[in-house]
Amino acid sequence: MLRIYLDNNATTPVLPEVLEAMRPYFGEHFGNASSIHHHGQQTRAAVERARDSVASLLGCRPAEIVFTSGGTEGDNLAIAGLTSPGDHIITSSIEHHAVLLSCKHLEENGCEVTYVPVDGRGLVDPDDVHRALRPNTKLISIMLANNETGVLQPVEEIGKIAAEAEVCFHTDAVQAAGKIRLDVKQIGCDALSISGHKMHAPQGVGALYVRKGTHLQPLFFGGRHERSRRAGTENVPGIVALGKAAELAMQGFERGDDKKMSALRDRLQQGILAQVEEAGLNGQDAPRVPNTTNIYFDHIEGESMVISLDLKGLAVSTGAACSSGAIEPSHVLLAMGMRADRARASIRFSLGKQNTEEDIDIALALVPETVARLRELSPTCRKIAIGS
Amino acid sequence: MPDPKTIAVAMSGGVDSSAVAAMLRAEGHNIIGLTMQLWNQRRLAGHEGMPEQVTGRCCSLDDVYDARRVAEHIGIPYYVVNHEERFERDVVRPFVAEYLSGRTPIPCSLCNNHLKFDQLLIVAQQIGADCVATGHYARVEYDDSRGRWLLKRPADRGKDQTYFLFGLTQEQLSRTLFPLGGMTKPEVRELARKQGLALAEKPDSQEICFVPGGDYKRFIDAYLAESGEALPDTAGELVTASGEVIGEHSGIYNFTVGQRKGLGVATGSPLYVIQINGADKQVVVGSDEHLYSQTLRARRVNLISVDDLREPIRVSVKIRHRHEAAPAMLEKIAADEVLVTFDQPQRAITPGQAAVFYDDEVVVGGAWIV
Repeated sequence: MLRIYLDNNATTPVLPEVLEAMRPYFGEHFGNASSIHHHGQQTRAAVERARDSVASLLGCRPAEIVFTSGGTEGDNLAIAGLTSPGDHIITSSIEHHAVLLSCKHLEENGCEVTYVPVDGRGLVDPDDVHRALRPNTKLISIMLANNETGVLQPVEEIGKIAAEAEVCFHTDAVQAAGKIRLDVKQIGCDALSISGHKMHAPQGVGALYVRKGTHLQPLFFGGRHERSRRAGTENVPGIVALGKAAELAMQGFERGDDKKMSALRDRLQQGILAQVEEAGLNGQDAPRVPNTTNIYFDHIEGESMVISLDLKGLAVSTGAACSSGAIEPSHVLLAMGMRADRARASIRFSLGKQNTEEDIDIALALVPETVARLRELSPTCRKIAIGS
Repeated sequence: MPDPKTIAVAMSGGVDSSAVAAMLRAEGHNIIGLTMQLWNQRRLAGHEGMPEQVTGRCCSLDDVYDARRVAEHIGIPYYVVNHEERFERDVVRPFVAEYLSGRTPIPCSLCNNHLKFDQLLIVAQQIGADCVATGHYARVEYDDSRGRWLLKRPADRGKDQTYFLFGLTQEQLSRTLFPLGGMTKPEVRELARKQGLALAEKPDSQEICFVPGGDYKRFIDAYLAESGEALPDTAGELVTASGEVIGEHSGIYNFTVGQRKGLGVATGSPLYVIQINGADKQVVVGSDEHLYSQTLRARRVNLISVDDLREPIRVSVKIRHRHEAAPAMLEKIAADEVLVTFDQPQRAITPGQAAVFYDDEVVVGGAWIV
């Protein structure tokens, strides 16, 4: 079966150039980057080259990059590492669970947390963040791009608020890195987390930017890796891959890949909305990353839609998978004020660098026919048809 | 081989449904494995009296893991579908409400009626499956002469699950397969072994899937506490059949008809719960002989092998899952109510349980005892 993958916000395929770059570090260049001998020196050099590349992607100094195991670790490290019991944290209701549950955990251990709401477009109001400030506010953590809607948050305004209040500002940029140009100085953040596998590097690697001079308590204790900010032998192949993916992302921006991506996404989105009635865009009128579109299809169950499309070879997603793999309605869409049935009827399409015009053609053929079939068999839709 | 069909198999992670998936796959059908996520086992974990960790049960992560492994082993697509909201609304809440009203519910029948053979059939149809197969021990077949789908007892009488399936409609039966109906449990285990399923020796599940350890009283306490609802005060008097008050009890939901232990009174001869009066919160106790009754009335009737009860008919009737069907006359006494008159008095007829009517192998229908 021909399979089309439009779930790149879940994970992306490793690009061939990235795989090539990391391959030697599984074999001939196997050294521990902390070792003093030749083998260690080789891998140390590779890690530092990768650090340069990631620093360039984010507009920071290499020394400000801490390599991690991924986005979740970066978020946990920033949130726990920048706060102490008694501190107040401001975050939003649409954060990834890596942020939300980190905050919840700290709340149970002596921190206070304010969860600012979003409007119907999925946007945090910087004034809400400003109003939430307290004398003991230590950290603001607001994401850069939402994983489900792709909506970009007003992080620069929030950065200014944080700077004025002399409060740390962390942003989860996992869904933005590699998709839009990022500059930590322009954002005005003290910490920013990214994940390798959302930008065509493999799973299990990520990075946290921590502004020079920011005191960060480590999560892990052990060796003095990553300037004592993250103990544990470096994942050299992963780090090399992340460095390469960062380079490729920067080259892509030079070529205008982001504009092409956004054109492809718009074609998918408009094509679907032109063919399907009683459907609409979630996060309409808000700025979004170029690869994501989240569409509701009234009278369907997103779960049945995802399964039906998967059985036909198209991979998309809905809501958030819980531990068993079952789907729960998206907390992000609910926070936007959406009715639960419409949240359950929403599908996320997210593109990656590998997607082609042909992929979009196939999706545009499959989606409308599947929605039509599901609506034909939908109990709520039948009732409406009989009633009208 | 018959035409290959697209069949959704309801996979619980147990031996029976895994064997069904493997068997139908081997027959050449297109199989889609589905597991219903019905209840978050961790939801009440750690509440007072509830275990911290719950494993090895319906909807537990271990069972989903087992089902997923089987699907991967036999090479079929597999999905977990979330029906937690419906399960809570249509099974858990009524379960709690029934106990609090002094009845003894059967959640498995409600789950079959509202979830497995309703919601799951809808999902199956939506994703392109012609029908749903489950690992129940029962048989379904079409009877040309009557023009109806019949539900029949399985070959393995000891595993007969028709009691829990009496609520299935003709429409539901027409799209349901019970491939184990002709097999015995040892044969099913043997089939699982031959198919190389790692869980061939996994023990059968026995209790109510969402009630850890079978302690429904603690479950009700924890469930209401978690929902922020006060446990209604159902404490009241313990009375004899002649109306004499002999003590007090802590709540009617702690009792079920036929119960002997935990009455909190000491008398010379053994005492049993013979009736629970929800309205005046009375628990009526008496001797063993008081437990016998020759008739029962039941409502919310579902008929399977016949379309109506125009005149009284001879049937045999099961009044609980582990009850030997007893000969009786069945007659309709109101639009949605039947009267069952047994040849011999039956022990502990319990409101809230189902009365299921059989004509030998064939399930005539069933109704809820009032």
